[in-house]
Amino acid sequence: MMDYDKILCGRIREVKPSGIRKYFDLLEGMEGGISLGIGEPDFVTPWHIRDAGIYSLEKGFTKYTPNAGLSDLRRAISRYMKRRFDLEYAPIGQIVITVGGSEGLDLAFRCLIEPGDEVIIPTPSFVCYGPLVSMAHGVPVLVETRAEDEFRLTPEELKKAITPRTKALVLPFPCNPTGGIMGREDLEALADVLRGTDIMVISDEIYAELTYGQGHVSMANIPDMYERTIVINGFSKAYSMTGWRLGYVCGPKPLLSAMTKLHQYGIMSAPTTSQYAAIEAMEKGDEDIEAMKEEYDGRRRFLVEGFRRLGLECFEPRGAFYTFPCIRSTGLTSEEFCDQFLQAEHVAVIPGSAFGPGGEGFVRACYAASMKDLAEALERLERFLGTLK
Amino acid sequence: MNTKLLQLLEKDCTLNREQLAAMTGLTVAQVEEQIREFEQARVVLGYRAVVDWDRTEREAVTALIEVKVTPQRGEGFDRVAERIYQYDEVESVYLMSGAFDLTVIISGRSLKEVAHFVGEKLATIEDVTGTATHFILHKYKENHLIFEKREEQQERFVLE
Repeated sequence: MMDYDKILCGRIREVKPSGIRKYFDLLEGMEGGISLGIGEPDFVTPWHIRDAGIYSLEKGFTKYTPNAGLSDLRRAISRYMKRRFDLEYAPIGQIVITVGGSEGLDLAFRCLIEPGDEVIIPTPSFVCYGPLVSMAHGVPVLVETRAEDEFRLTPEELKKAITPRTKALVLPFPCNPTGGIMGREDLEALADVLRGTDIMVISDEIYAELTYGQGHVSMANIPDMYERTIVINGFSKAYSMTGWRLGYVCGPKPLLSAMTKLHQYGIMSAPTTSQYAAIEAMEKGDEDIEAMKEEYDGRRRFLVEGFRRLGLECFEPRGAFYTFPCIRSTGLTSEEFCDQFLQAEHVAVIPGSAFGPGGEGFVRACYAASMKDLAEALERLERFLGTLK
Repeated sequence: MNTKLLQLLEKDCTLNREQLAAMTGLTVAQVEEQIREFEQARVVLGYRAVVDWDRTEREAVTALIEVKVTPQRGEGFDRVAERIYQYDEVESVYLMSGAFDLTVIISGRSLKEVAHFVGEKLATIEDVTGTATHFILHKYKENHLIFEKREEQQERFVLE
């Protein structure tokens, strides 16, 4: 008998499976279940973008693209980054098209980390950073952000986490699951800590287009930080294109050249159809973003207000499409809360503890769902909270 | 004028006052006041369901009629439009640019009923000089609503 546990490398064995799946498995078998669990836009990709993908197929554009991606797409991204975020990246040498933002993260970690290097990761945050760092032989250093700091990373906490082995800092803002964002002053304060070091910032800006009130500022916008920042972005959230699997990385030329090299061997090139659709998104998609954002904003206000009305403290999320209410007043742990709420009322929300230290005592509810479902979920929550008293 | 509130109502008028308030950032009282004003100023004309009668037992026929008329001195097209829209069968009347003057949309229970209306009532109005009737065979989309249920992707991502 083969002992596959001995065959698999220790690093992948150490990676824990996601604790989230069980909620969806359970929900599947339930009548009238409502999921506020999934982190995905509920809109279908706008038709003109889908149509551009279809048209590229009609024309027979089904071959590999250049490793770094179609040059028209890279040029479009270059213009977009300037237009939307005032950042300048050269289409040749500073941009690579990836299979989703996730591949961009993976490339960055694998190109930077020497065995034992530390990567600082603020939590609660998206679950992929730690495992990707570990698989790249790095050591994730988790730093808690707190509701009282509006889930921002403070310079004090950053300073405390830095050691001589620190290689990079992940900045997951706007943040899944908290909805926290970092404003210009917040980033300035972190930049004061990072200037003069060789620490690279890996800025996951996949939700950059989804901020409410104030616009997104990238770490790369801060003086002296452009050369220390790798920006990860993608089409999934801004244009509701999750299934197209398309993202991009922008950053300093020598790093991007290394990342393109790795991408070339691991992936060859990102999906061609998706790249043609993405050109249309970049060039003609600004209005789609505005429309979706406005829709999300209404739902966001409604859900936050609903939680507060029912007596759950809820930080007002400034970005992404999640609310992160505090459920400590119920006396339950976040996992107990999610289990019981699902069993009793058939509504799936995700325990904050799944997103790392600092998440316990909170649950994540995604508002990329219809108003009808949100209203129904709140009604069921009211009933559920009533039974706990 | 709060166009945000209007947009929300236009999209889904079943949203209740509390939902509208939360979504616009207004208070419930403000929302109620605004809606009252909209109704009084006839900015909001009514609230209706979009029904697909093809899914019911009830027979329904809709026709789009191009109408040519002689405009009246001093009143233009208004008077004849008024004489047409008074009929209950008439759903919509629009003044058009181009080859004809008015578009009249009417719905009836049967083809015969529509034909009767055009022949007996519409065409006989004094200032109407000609009509061309187009029957609607199938509705695909109305008021941004698609009549067929959209097919959904079956297998979806569940793991975060």
